Amino acid sequence: MGLFDKFNGLVAARSELGALRIDPFGVEIERIISPTEGIIHGRHTILAGTNNYLGLTFNPECLAAAHRALDAEGTGTTGSRMANGSYSGHRRLEEELAAFYGVRDAIVFSTGYQANLGMLAGLTGPNDVVLLDADCHASIYDGCRMSGAEVIRFRHNNADDLAKRMRRLGARATDTLILVEGIYSMLGDRAPLKEIVDVKREFGGYLLVDEAHSLGVLGERGRGLVEEAGVLADADFIVGTFSKSLGGAGGFCVSDLPELDLVRYSSRPYIFTASPSPATIASTRQALRVLAEGHELRARLRANFERLHSGLTALGYTLGAPPSPVIAVVFDDKVATLKFWRDLLDRGVYVNLMLPPATPNGVSLIRCSVSAAHTPGQIDAVCAAFADLRTVT
Amino acid sequence: MTGNSTFDYPQILAEICGELVKVTLGRIAIDEDTELLGDLNLDSLQVMNLLLHVEDRFDISIPVSILPDVKTVKDLALRIENLTREG
Repeated sequence: MGLFDKFNGLVAARSELGALRIDPFGVEIERIISPTEGIIHGRHTILAGTNNYLGLTFNPECLAAAHRALDAEGTGTTGSRMANGSYSGHRRLEEELAAFYGVRDAIVFSTGYQANLGMLAGLTGPNDVVLLDADCHASIYDGCRMSGAEVIRFRHNNADDLAKRMRRLGARATDTLILVEGIYSMLGDRAPLKEIVDVKREFGGYLLVDEAHSLGVLGERGRGLVEEAGVLADADFIVGTFSKSLGGAGGFCVSDLPELDLVRYSSRPYIFTASPSPATIASTRQALRVLAEGHELRARLRANFERLHSGLTALGYTLGAPPSPVIAVVFDDKVATLKFWRDLLDRGVYVNLMLPPATPNGVSLIRCSVSAAHTPGQIDAVCAAFADLRTVT
Repeated sequence: MTGNSTFDYPQILAEICGELVKVTLGRIAIDEDTELLGDLNLDSLQVMNLLLHVEDRFDISIPVSILPDVKTVKDLALRIENLTREG
């Protein structure tokens, strides 16, 4: 088998898309106008698939902080956190994240993907057991694979199934790491966190909650599902990203366990990569302040996602979950979904296209993500495009 | 990772084939030499979901890490037989 033979399937799939005049994975935003608008294919387009939940990418205070850091500290750190890449801003952000959650410490990673990769590869090893929700993100699966830990899946959002697997582990359950997400990225459903915590209390073990899609979105202060469900103290590790509600790039893990600091020394994705740029750190620090005080932003976000959810429900679409900022429209037929995605873009609405095997249960998804920065008029325009296509299809 | 029961190879093989038939809807003949990815064209997620059902039947937990070494139905059956014995 030749070096490139493995790509034969990809080449065929890409040809199929080309024949349909669809390129969902190569979209170029020719000009970004605001958190919710851009120019795509020369057309003014509403962006409803960017995970920009609080719409902070153009926040004036965040922009100003980034500009100041850029001028004062340069374009990049050119080094690892373990070498020359830890500026005072990186450490202050870690302290501020720890204070935000009321825990001992935090580690900042260069991306959200690397936060999961770095935590799992640094924390667990070949003699450890990881029990993860079947619908966890690829970064979690990749981190598990990198760690060499024994990885066991439990049925999605099924605490009884988790308990069954904890029971089978016997004495090993007390050192097992349980992994769930606050809001799942594909369907937008939430973990039954109280029930998951009950299982942990019964069998022991440690709990890591990935709040990538729920940070800034859920909870009075935006601390995610752990706050909303009232179980913050039961989460041993909370992972999050800067690239969604914080409008930047990077990731973090916070924990009250003193051992968190040791992960820095064992985590290859932390050690062998350059640290986030000073401008990214500065805008993220400012965004975290805005997020913590962002009650109005969260109220606007909620009003927007409830407006879109009820609008699409009224049109008769099948949605993946109760209202959340991630609203997935479920389709059975892959080609029909591809055409639907293209037709939405032709009508000036950009959303995400999700296809098997990346999706749960082999479904195809048109995935919308809602922002606090969307206007009610933009939400209505998105609904109108879906209504138009409902008539067509 | 195991329950406290033991199962012999034919039982395990029959159970796996039964689950696979549900996925393939009987369109393809399945025996122990059938390749999960090559012959049945299953994707990785379908194989992992198949394991969830098999785990319940035998009261075991199957680590995801065994999958890279599982090519055929027989490979999977032998792995499960080992896991049930370990208990």
